[in-house]
Amino acid sequence: MSLVNRQPFTLKLVASLFIIVWLVLAAFPFLWTVWGSFKVESDFFSRESFWHAITGFYTQKETGSAFTGNGYYGAWVESKFWKAVINTVIVTLSVTVISLTLGTLGGYALARSGRRYAFWILIAALVFRAMPHITLVSGYMLPFFQLNIWGYLPTSIIVLVAINQPFTLWMLHSFFLSIPKDLDESAMVDGCSRFEAFRRVVIPVMWPGVITTGLFSFLLGYNDFAVTAMLLSQDNQTMVPKISSYLGSIYDNGHVMYAVAAVVSATVPLFMLVLFFQRQIVSGLTAGAVKG
Amino acid sequence: MPHKTFLAFILPSIIAMVLFIALPIISVAVQSLYVEHDKVLVTVENCQPLGGCTTETVVDSEATAKLKAVAPLGEFNGLGTYFNHAHLAIDEVAEIVSDNTGFADIVARLYNLPFYRALSFTLAYCFIVTPLAMLLGFLIALAINMVPRLLKGPVIFFSLLPMIITPLIGSLILYWMISAEGILGVGLKWLFSDPTLSLKSSLPLTWITLIIYGIWTNAPFSFVVFYAGLQTVPGDTMESAMIDGASRWERIRYVVMPHLRPLATFVALVQLMDNFRVFEPIVGLSAQANATSLSFAIFNDLRNQNAQQYGSAATTSMLTIIGVIILLMPVLIRTWREYHQKS
Repeated sequence: MSLVNRQPFTLKLVASLFIIVWLVLAAFPFLWTVWGSFKVESDFFSRESFWHAITGFYTQKETGSAFTGNGYYGAWVESKFWKAVINTVIVTLSVTVISLTLGTLGGYALARSGRRYAFWILIAALVFRAMPHITLVSGYMLPFFQLNIWGYLPTSIIVLVAINQPFTLWMLHSFFLSIPKDLDESAMVDGCSRFEAFRRVVIPVMWPGVITTGLFSFLLGYNDFAVTAMLLSQDNQTMVPKISSYLGSIYDNGHVMYAVAAVVSATVPLFMLVLFFQRQIVSGLTAGAVKG
Repeated sequence: MPHKTFLAFILPSIIAMVLFIALPIISVAVQSLYVEHDKVLVTVENCQPLGGCTTETVVDSEATAKLKAVAPLGEFNGLGTYFNHAHLAIDEVAEIVSDNTGFADIVARLYNLPFYRALSFTLAYCFIVTPLAMLLGFLIALAINMVPRLLKGPVIFFSLLPMIITPLIGSLILYWMISAEGILGVGLKWLFSDPTLSLKSSLPLTWITLIIYGIWTNAPFSFVVFYAGLQTVPGDTMESAMIDGASRWERIRYVVMPHLRPLATFVALVQLMDNFRVFEPIVGLSAQANATSLSFAIFNDLRNQNAQQYGSAATTSMLTIIGVIILLMPVLIRTWREYHQKS
């Protein structure tokens, strides 16, 4: 192995440089936007020189200090971004919990069945997984208006749960395949019913897979734009559609910095997610791939 | 597992998928056969004591509402919407095919039709972004195997960000940076010493911006998967290839790449599916003037404030669904074959 891993110096240098370039490309936009969100508009979108964004030339002139929280105040307090944040918390948490509950039951059944119809359900789920969300949304609009359930949070939650099911089923199905069958079967030999075996034997060992799947369910709910933008009324908007609705109105008022602050606020939870769950995210991404 | 137990376990999931994925697809199929009612117009005569009488045509909103209440789907139109100007544009295409001045002319005129415009960008995005992002991801994975351990943690951390960032937010961040007063916009102007340079105004530049954004968000996924794959390359094979005198490149070409092949197929499949629905970047980068996608066209129809065009949106949706199924066909056939070989 040591023989294979030995690299000439130049190659190492080139690789390191390449990695550093990629690191800058990946990280710089975020760092720049976070930095700029504490400036005033004429600094962050400087007509003169981008040095103003770094030194905060106009920020100092207008507010007396090189950093200002005006953007955040405007977004969170004046334009009621906090309301969208609460809605997002409700939507993403509900979507994650319900998706996982349905998905673990279904995924377990698919992994243990081995019959022909289980295979067909998985194939149908694969096709459903590929459907662009907005095509489904155009099917919801009229029926939802007719039933008078358009615009409410629970409607969007259920829709997102359903859209998320194919992925959850696939992910948990392959996770349950990696848990030995003997485990629950021996419990059944000892007199448990299938459901008891699931509850007493499988549930205690399934958490790593569930947490990984849960992260991706969370991301789907959190990152969604198509469903929440079309199916929620103005009062019930979550963060992402709220930010998009800023764009039209805010450019006129010269309040771009509100949108920048809102964008940074919405990015922070994702930052945290990667920071704490990096290993689970990586294992989740590779799980499906390495096996299949 | 007995049928009954299986059903008990999977029923909630199935109900959710049938109600909110299968039924909406049927709903879309039905809607695509209808068009919105025309507004009911009435002619009213206004007579004034001195000015005489004038007649004007106004929308009879009461009658229009009544019509909507009786038949909410609208008027039956059959496949009419599919073939009209905004979708497959059969007449226009026939005309272009029968009367044109060469290949470039056909392309240019097809591109002027809204559906083909959206389709061409969607396909271009799919088939340019996917391979380039995979290549970049592969190169990052190869390079990171060579750098000191110290760099690995931060690289994986920051690489995950472009991937999990909300697409709309990610594209907005880029949009602000490349805007005429943003740091990249100013930088590019300076680099090409062209003070009027604007990435938004020209068609090729808009496409390139969107594609670069796509590569930026797609590459991390390939990187993570390929990096995991690289850790499982058999050391013995590598060493024997080395003893046989294979150069560094030959080892990559004949040992590493075949080993990663199944992973590459998986990554390509997932990314093609995701890229086919490209939508948020167009909203975030305000690129609709120069680039629209199928998903964006549907969104636009639904968003239309004056008259929500459900029929038109549904038709584009159906065409998109057909596109997805064509894209998935090879995979479905392969899975089916493999399954039959096994059983």
